[in-house]
Amino acid sequence: MLPQEVTQLIGKVGETVVLQVELGAIRKFADAVGDANPLYWDADYATSTRFGGVIAPPGFFGWPTVWKKAMPFFSELRSHVMDIIANAGYARIVDGGIEYDLYVPVRAGDTLSAISVVKDVYERETKTGKMIFSIIETTYTNQWSQLVAAARQTLVHR
Amino acid sequence: MKKILHWEDLEVGSEVTPLPKVATTQILVKWAGASGDFNPLHYEDTFATSQGVGKPIVHGQLKRAWLVQLVTDWIGDQGTLRRFSCQFRGMDYPRLMRNISEPQEGETWWCKGKVTKKYIGDKEHYVDCDIWVENGKGEVTTRGSATVALPTRC
Repeated sequence: MLPQEVTQLIGKVGETVVLQVELGAIRKFADAVGDANPLYWDADYATSTRFGGVIAPPGFFGWPTVWKKAMPFFSELRSHVMDIIANAGYARIVDGGIEYDLYVPVRAGDTLSAISVVKDVYERETKTGKMIFSIIETTYTNQWSQLVAAARQTLVHR
Repeated sequence: MKKILHWEDLEVGSEVTPLPKVATTQILVKWAGASGDFNPLHYEDTFATSQGVGKPIVHGQLKRAWLVQLVTDWIGDQGTLRRFSCQFRGMDYPRLMRNISEPQEGETWWCKGKVTKKYIGDKEHYVDCDIWVENGKGEVTTRGSATVALPTRC
């Protein structure tokens, strides 16, 4: 049985974070990945495509702004979840992975609003003992109120 | 004119065009700045040792971004990545730098994938793939899946 303070995390909503998708940030991201796709680098080319301008690589939402807030992994909501579960005796964490649903492209110049919610917290018995899985979903909406993407990140607490 | 990947070009078992990558300490610095992940696990020996990984490791999120590029390079401008997931299964260590711009000899990572499903949805034609990152020994250190929507010939 999970302690009540842990199960009560489910449904908790974090503060809305506003992200600016800057052209330079897109290119720094693409450069670090080693991605020479002209959709990110060549404005004339990008304008000639169905996208009509420079877009961001899928999974890039304008971070970083304030680094703790910008990435779902380091959000205040995530820190809170980690603290509560650590207090329950599961202090060590492993990144369990991420899943995206991508709806519309992110464009240079977009302003995105990101809001995170604790989707689930559950316990699993494994060979190496009990573990808690926490899943936080962050949804991104652009300045035209279009749903851009949903990211679900899993942390494993041991 | 770039090549267009059509839905009809693929079958279950078709290979995603492999993408080679080299992680270096320099790239990890770039990624930290570009992503905002300033966890010292990725640049400080003493801290990495205290965390039980021996020395600084490659950011999992960088490997995720490699896998996104694997898919977007493969599908081209006419294809759309609709769903993506990945899980981190193993640690990777970057190559050190030989000089200001070139890495030392060492490991090359390969991003790879394979089509697992081909189907027609409500509005689009889809393909699902398994995707993964192999280290220099051929071990899979990151594994995931992707769903892409592709143009059709008709």
